[in-house]
Amino acid sequence: MVNFIVEDREGNRQEREAPEDMGLNLMEILKAYEYPVLATCGGMALCATCHVEILEGKEGLGDATDVELDQLENLPEYFPTSRLSCQIRIGDILEGAVVKLRGEDVV
Amino acid sequence: MGLFAVFEAGLLKMRCHLIDALPQIGGQLSEIYPQKPIYDIPGYPEIKAQDLVDNLLEQAKPFKPTFTLGERVDSLDKQEDGSFILTTSDKTKIHAQVIVIAGGLGCFEPRKPVLENLEAFEGKGVTYMVKNPETFRDKKVVIAGGGDSALDWAIYLSKVSERVTLVHRNETFRGAPDSAGKVFDLANQGKIDLILSANLKEVNGNGKLNTVVLEGKSKEEIRLDADYLIPLFGLSPKLGPIADWGLSIDKNAIEVDTRDYSTGVDRIYAIGDINTYPGKLKLILCGFHEAAIMMHSAFKHVYPDQKLSFKYTTVNGVNAF
Repeated sequence: MVNFIVEDREGNRQEREAPEDMGLNLMEILKAYEYPVLATCGGMALCATCHVEILEGKEGLGDATDVELDQLENLPEYFPTSRLSCQIRIGDILEGAVVKLRGEDVV
Repeated sequence: MGLFAVFEAGLLKMRCHLIDALPQIGGQLSEIYPQKPIYDIPGYPEIKAQDLVDNLLEQAKPFKPTFTLGERVDSLDKQEDGSFILTTSDKTKIHAQVIVIAGGLGCFEPRKPVLENLEAFEGKGVTYMVKNPETFRDKKVVIAGGGDSALDWAIYLSKVSERVTLVHRNETFRGAPDSAGKVFDLANQGKIDLILSANLKEVNGNGKLNTVVLEGKSKEEIRLDADYLIPLFGLSPKLGPIADWGLSIDKNAIEVDTRDYSTGVDRIYAIGDINTYPGKLKLILCGFHEAAIMMHSAFKHVYPDQKLSFKYTTVNGVNAF
């Protein structure tokens, strides 16, 4: 299991864990924990509705890829450590990271 | 899903009118991933999303559906005979015996920048799409965004408007290189104003927009006279007015009875990603199943005096209208 922290849009932090051996991505874990993440495109990096900001642990997770930047740049607001959570594979790189939900709430 | 519902309705001699907030048919398949292959459509080991939409349209054609596109259904008014009058965002009125909500994740609506007062200027200078370019003739227009739409409209409106300013938060564009090149050329020729590394900060006016304030690279304030601001930051689905129709909603989805995918409101059904029920799988193939079942249930509302007899297309074929 990998342990990390999720901060919701209201600023509340919770420790979360996820199995690293099931081929899951962070978006799927956030949805499993019932965070309000739309994930319209289902994980194809085509909608940016699973936008997160990496507050801590960016070194391991690396920068947004080109396909992520194509989407992020279309958003009204994004940050230097913004990522699409659907493009972050659950693995050791996530251990100890702090991830903040960004983007629109599901209303 | 709406397109297959048209086909299933047609087999039962019911004709459909399709309404979509998007300007084209095909829902999220056409809007978000038209070129992506789908691998779990029965009978198709692999099919591109747009090809599936095209095929569904072809399949529905014999039943002559009619369309209202680029308009969102805002309200439903129940009539004395049980039917409905639907009114769209453009005030188009449509009379229907039965309503099928196949709205996917909701209506695709423009993403709005977070600016104080922005909504107060909507329709009074702030607009999120260009419906009629003539609206902007000889006007001062500020376009915000760095995607293809922002680039394309900046290029187009440079020929129509008095002044076009394109505001983008970065130094480069990730949109089509061709369009980006044209924008830089137009800027060099003085035909548009290009302000890079800047963000929208404020909108001001007196009943109508007259100033857009930006924050530049060094946090300096840039004030632009503007008749129009067009923020172009893509689209995102919202449940929208559906939430106000008295339906039972759970986590942005409409609760339905799995016997016929009816909602709690008589004559309103919901199929595809927009509905929820125990065991729901958000798969296209499940939506197809839901469409067939719900149309057989809807028959009783459209033809209350007729008895429905189940028929196979292999026996009866497809009898066009």
